[in-house]
Amino acid sequence: MTLTHYLVLAAILFTIGAVGVLVRRNAIVVFMCVELMLNSVNLTLVTFARATGTIDGQIMAFFVMVVAAAEVVVGLAIIMSIYRTRRSASVDDANLLKY
Amino acid sequence: MPIEAPDLSLAALAPLLFVFGAACIGVLVEAFGPRDSRHPVQVAVALVGTVGGLVATLLLAGTREVTAGGALAVDGAGLFLQATIAGLGALSLLLFAERNLDPARSAFVVSAAVPAGSVRDRELLTVQRVQTEVYPLATFAIGGMMLFVTANDLLIMFVALEVLSLPLYLISGLARRRRLLSQEAAVKYFLLGSFASAFFLYGLALVYGATGSVQLGAVREAVAAGETDTLLVLGLALLIVGLLFKASVAPFHTWTPDVYQGAPTPVTAFMAACTKVAAFGAILRLLYVAFGTEEWTWRPLVYGVAIVSMVVGAVLGLTQTDLKRMLAYSSVAHAGFLLTGVLGFPGSGDPAGTGLPAVMFYLLAYGLTTLGAFAVLTLVRSGDGEATHLSQWAGLSQRSPLTAAVMSLFLLALAGIPLTSGFTGKFAVFRAAIEDGAWPLALVALLASAVAAFFYLRVIVLMYFSEPAADGPTVGVPGLPTTIVLAVTAAATLVLGVVPGAVLGLADRAAIFVG
Repeated sequence: MTLTHYLVLAAILFTIGAVGVLVRRNAIVVFMCVELMLNSVNLTLVTFARATGTIDGQIMAFFVMVVAAAEVVVGLAIIMSIYRTRRSASVDDANLLKY
Repeated sequence: MPIEAPDLSLAALAPLLFVFGAACIGVLVEAFGPRDSRHPVQVAVALVGTVGGLVATLLLAGTREVTAGGALAVDGAGLFLQATIAGLGALSLLLFAERNLDPARSAFVVSAAVPAGSVRDRELLTVQRVQTEVYPLATFAIGGMMLFVTANDLLIMFVALEVLSLPLYLISGLARRRRLLSQEAAVKYFLLGSFASAFFLYGLALVYGATGSVQLGAVREAVAAGETDTLLVLGLALLIVGLLFKASVAPFHTWTPDVYQGAPTPVTAFMAACTKVAAFGAILRLLYVAFGTEEWTWRPLVYGVAIVSMVVGAVLGLTQTDLKRMLAYSSVAHAGFLLTGVLGFPGSGDPAGTGLPAVMFYLLAYGLTTLGAFAVLTLVRSGDGEATHLSQWAGLSQRSPLTAAVMSLFLLALAGIPLTSGFTGKFAVFRAAIEDGAWPLALVALLASAVAAFFYLRVIVLMYFSEPAADGPTVGVPGLPTTIVLAVTAAATLVLGVVPGAVLGLADRAAIFVG
């Protein structure tokens, strides 16, 4: 396993996440796909930290984790509020605003 | 290995400390203050914080400093944009604090946790309490924006992006009327916003891999030293996509009309004015400071996106029947005009590029005008909510000549008619683009302005030359906060159009990036 393998794995994970955001319909699953994207970035950062011999990348991964946690709090609150009103977390049901 | 504490110039950070301090105090007030007295206290804390931040930036004028271990660049352009954000933010907070227009005395919900349409929700509809968390949240967003425009490090830029975005996602879902629309807007904004920030973050990681650093200065040196490699170009593209999303530039604008329409109008005003300034501040710093030597890599991208944005904004704006959506598409078109100015980069070939001061002036002028336009929208009401459908505005000049006149002024400024700030701003950015050889772009921009002028003028024609409907909307009498906002924005729109010299000169002197 060279470092390139990790980078390719991270790129694949990022792509899976991005495609998931575009094709999945449940807001929670869409949100999990975003989290997958953030975590693939963490893998990339740590790999590059190893490749360049600096620890900056590892420190940045911690920042990303904290930000992702904050995002979870805000995101779940918003999804909860709309779920309690509509009894559905599907992004297709939320269709009052268009054109 | 030991980690050294970075040097920290507290004086240069004073504007940020003021705003974030006020936001933290706001959270404490929310936790310990008695419920009945929270509203006035929160308004006062938020206003003191933002106005204090504004005064601090003005006192710092002339500072050119990189501080906090190279993470922040407090320079002329940064301070100018910080002052713009703090000023526009304070005006937006005044709109938030308006108590006279809605029968229930606020545009914000009593309790966001109660499901919309439930029995409890209907009981609370007439209660005059407010979810006062909006004030600290908005203050945090203002602080995040001010951090965003001075961030000299991609990581800090990412953190600032989230600090400004997360509160905005929440407060766009807190409308008192039409709560379903508001919640839907919040979900859409959140999902698309976090999607875009993931792209920004991946770009950050790739730039780090290509250059070994995320500090803009270090990135510039690495870029200038080495050849352009795929990793770096890909990273730059992803970073720009993340930022263009925030700036609501087409084709990354799809969230804009929905969120602008669904969010409470004061929040829409805040987003339209302040987020635009912050996003363009970051775009300018990223492209000019870190990738200034790579101008020919990003130039085609910005060129193409600017054309798409102007055309999409102007053409789709024509088809709108809701005023908030129309102003949203107008914001997309204006983002394209701003990108036109971004191309006027003072590169190695042409040291006299005038893009930076032009964009800075345009941001200030556009922010004030659009804030005023949304403030007028809060006045015209039918039933309990705001009357935002175009047909409801027919004959408004007969119901309230003053409201119609003020709205016409803002619309003319958005269209870029001479003697308004919009004309001065457009003239400045188009000139910058032409001086840099991008005259085809300026030509497209002129045509797009002409198309966009049609839908602004259509509203004016409707207000003045149509008969009012029998069951038309009423025009509310604004309280002191909204009156102040309208007076300041209308006066600024005129002054920046008639005698723009002083502010243009200020932008010229301030247009310096360090770092």
